[in-house]
Amino acid sequence: MRVFPIWKSTVTPRLRASAVRFLPVLFLALLAGCAGEFPQSTIDPRTDFADIIHSLYVSVFWWTMLILAVVWVALTVTLLRFRAKPGDGKPKQIRGHMGLEIGWTVGPALIVVAIAIPTIQAVFATQRPISEDAMVVDVTGHRFWWEFHYPEQGVTTANELWLPVDRAITLRLSSTDVIHSFWVPMLGGKRDLNPTVTVREGEEPKVNYLYFTPRETGLYMGQCAEFCGESHAFMAMRVNVVSDAEFDAWTAGWLESRGAAIPAAPAIEGGATEEAGQEAEEAGVTLQAAASMSAVDLDPLAVQGRDIFLNQATCGACHAVQGTAAQGRLAPDLTQFGLRTSLASGIMENTPENVAAWIIDPWRFKPGANMPGTQYAMDSRIVSGTPFAWPATGLDDEQVRAVAAYLLSLK
Amino acid sequence: MSTATIEQAHAGHGAHTEPTGLWSWITTVDHKRIAIMYFLAATFFFFVGGVEALLIRIQLWNPEQAIFSAELYNQLFTMHGTTMVFLVAMPMAVAFFNYVVPLQIGARDVAFPRLNALSFWIFLFGGIYINLGWFIGAAPHASWVGYATLTSTAYSPGLNTDFWFIGLSIIGIASIAGGVNFITTIVNMRAPGMKMMRMPLFTWMTFVTSFLLITAIPVIAVALIFLGFDRTFGTVFFDPSMGGDPVLWQHLFWIFGHPEVYILILPSFGVISDIIPTFSKKPLFGYPIVVYAGILIGFIGWGVWSHHMFTTGLGPIADSFFVAATMIIAIPTGVKIFNWIATMWGGTIRFTTAMLFCIGLLAVFTVGGLSGIMHAAAPITLQQHDSYFVVAHFHYVIVGGAMMGLWAGLYYWFPKVTGRLLNETLGKWHFWTTMVGFNLTFFPMHFSGLYGMPRRIYTYSADLNVDLFNQLATIGAFIFGISALIMVWNLWHSARKGDTAGANPWEAATLEWSIPSPPHHYNFPELPVIRSREPLWNDGEREEVLAVTMLEPETEPVMPVPSYWPILLALSITVAWGLVMTGIWWVIVLGILPVFFCTLMWAFEPAFPEGH
Repeated sequence: MRVFPIWKSTVTPRLRASAVRFLPVLFLALLAGCAGEFPQSTIDPRTDFADIIHSLYVSVFWWTMLILAVVWVALTVTLLRFRAKPGDGKPKQIRGHMGLEIGWTVGPALIVVAIAIPTIQAVFATQRPISEDAMVVDVTGHRFWWEFHYPEQGVTTANELWLPVDRAITLRLSSTDVIHSFWVPMLGGKRDLNPTVTVREGEEPKVNYLYFTPRETGLYMGQCAEFCGESHAFMAMRVNVVSDAEFDAWTAGWLESRGAAIPAAPAIEGGATEEAGQEAEEAGVTLQAAASMSAVDLDPLAVQGRDIFLNQATCGACHAVQGTAAQGRLAPDLTQFGLRTSLASGIMENTPENVAAWIIDPWRFKPGANMPGTQYAMDSRIVSGTPFAWPATGLDDEQVRAVAAYLLSLK
Repeated sequence: MSTATIEQAHAGHGAHTEPTGLWSWITTVDHKRIAIMYFLAATFFFFVGGVEALLIRIQLWNPEQAIFSAELYNQLFTMHGTTMVFLVAMPMAVAFFNYVVPLQIGARDVAFPRLNALSFWIFLFGGIYINLGWFIGAAPHASWVGYATLTSTAYSPGLNTDFWFIGLSIIGIASIAGGVNFITTIVNMRAPGMKMMRMPLFTWMTFVTSFLLITAIPVIAVALIFLGFDRTFGTVFFDPSMGGDPVLWQHLFWIFGHPEVYILILPSFGVISDIIPTFSKKPLFGYPIVVYAGILIGFIGWGVWSHHMFTTGLGPIADSFFVAATMIIAIPTGVKIFNWIATMWGGTIRFTTAMLFCIGLLAVFTVGGLSGIMHAAAPITLQQHDSYFVVAHFHYVIVGGAMMGLWAGLYYWFPKVTGRLLNETLGKWHFWTTMVGFNLTFFPMHFSGLYGMPRRIYTYSADLNVDLFNQLATIGAFIFGISALIMVWNLWHSARKGDTAGANPWEAATLEWSIPSPPHHYNFPELPVIRSREPLWNDGEREEVLAVTMLEPETEPVMPVPSYWPILLALSITVAWGLVMTGIWWVIVLGILPVFFCTLMWAFEPAFPEGH
């Protein structure tokens, strides 16, 4: 468990030892990458998109090494051979040589062509949808968190993106405030989330896309790669690539939570729920979410927390929890919060202690975040870009603990 | 005429004294004094930006460390970038333009001496202005590229960004005026026989850079004025909710920003193109090719800006165009490098400090150029953009290229400026600590970038496993800091106690070495006649050139008179721009009145002494 910011070094002996061992083989590691040790490695591709980039990188890398070797060897030989020695006369005054000039113009030009052709092929290959029936996820950047909306499934979540393995994905990227950039290095390159420009009626606002197919399940780390203000460094995310069955169970669980409060869900989404639920059951996966309400009913602390969350602190003005009256859209959707591995957009582990500490003093972890603490208000004059203010929640430690228990019970 | 007679003629020159004292510096219009002031101011800002860099490196020593606040860190890296680009690398190059170009072309001053003084004072006041934010805790904090909408009043409500856009627009005036001045000087004021294709490479690159200045700076001026209107008067150029487009800012910024890279690097290419022949005792290999390559880099530099925007989402067709254009630039750059090596080939190479810095440039700039080729490949940029790999790349280009060249120039021309040589032992310490510190700082950043560390982050997760690279970088940065102290000590020490240089300590070939060190304030008693590219290497011509340039003139040439209007106009322009911050229209209008007054007084003041 780790909490940002920790006021002392947190380097574990394991990491330091591995780093020292690593030093002599820097160049090998540069090419090979070290799985597990570098969770945001750009040279450890796990999707088709990342593969294209990586193979281009490797070929350009060797071209540049070749050129570097030529220049450095030529320079070294020249310096050694022609250093001034006693008794040197005036050297021969040579002003140029057309053949050489043509040679070292044409040579690099050919290398440039050899690099440019695969580059331009890769430019086109990485900017078109992989297949017609790719699964679309709308990614919206906020200062300083990520919103993920699955239009087909009707699911909305935050900061932890769930994706099914071996399925073509299309991310539609936009922002509500400043420019952010979606970057999960092992899944491929980054693309900016530009603020949506208001357009005339009938026109489609321009958005950016990322296309990739994850080929391995796992938890991938990423973070915002375009400077977005005070807590830019704390705008991380995680991507949970899971099997189809697990993914369907997850979406079904989310929809189940919602169904509890809003029975009259749109038909098409209801259908998706049933279908997904069946698939999941066939796969033998437990529907954790189906039990979420009963879990709240069972734990009295969580029940108390739900009451505080909904009625006393009115967290629902900004946050949504499906299946409750909390339907705010300004802050992360907290449905199934208990399933998340991380808190506050990937900057700390999702434990009761961390959740409580966050609720008490969010600015300790993420200065400038658009969230009030227990003792201070979210002031629109301080939190720039926020259209409104919100008072301090005024919760005491016991109440905070209850809210944390409630949130973590949401599964 | 023998050398002895020349020395005697020079010795007799002591009778003529230049005005001294603070006032003489404030009112000076002498290009050499302005150059010295540019250099000192740029060195001061170099230390300001350097301290900012060290504080950044301290904060990044360990993962998840919080020595400063995130807000302060953001101010530090914003001001580090802004300072190093606009207040160090550019004015340092302009210092060399000012000192060297008139001497290299056989002119007595630049074309517009008072405008030259105005440029300096505007740069100085603008540089101070942009730093004023530190004193009220509101230094600029939206990064040196200032992307919309982060600079809007919604997301940057304080005065931070006001200091930034106002300060930068003030400095821009200095750059445009300087560009006009040097183009005019080089076109109009060359001595008889100094044809364009006989000009030293440094003058040539100044010429190309000046064209980039007068074409690139207006673009950022437009962007900054748009931003100023958005912030002050509520326009919506970059406000997406009202149909404005934040991507427009990126285009405007980089249409300026990429030529800016060549504004930084071409002067250094010019410097080393002059130094390498001197210390190889051979003329520059392929002179016309090196000149044309420089011009070509300047031209193509205009068509590559969107390679800074490969992640912006411009689409594959635009991306492909900028991939191709960017890669083409590699060709003339490579040609230059091969020509420099070919100049040394077959020569007798003297490893003076100046030459070492040239060699250092060739060795490390090449690394930066090659990582640039990686970035030119747009899909690779999708991974490396805004990561520490890019930070490594552009420091290899700007420090390893631009600054190395300027330090070479410093060791080369210091004797001309002061009449004394810089200490070579200290110089070699400076060089080697620079090489070790620089590479130790920036080479590991390639790896932290490859392992996914974004730039402009206040701290990083220990999970990333990049702490070793960051610690190496921090150690390197302090060694680099020590190298800068060695340099300053060398300057201070050698300016007073260094060995006497004489007119031509390096046995160089170009015109500036034909006159005494330091030169008379009028540079050349009579204008020399030039017959080749290396007037001081062709013996017959050498005698002739020395005969006219070392002589005491019978009557002193008429030089422009000092004036205090440049500094007053610069001050009033700075104040007028600064008042934009108030956002009150009549205050802004009132602020413009002194600008009109000073301009008028300047216009009616005679530029030359009465009777001339």
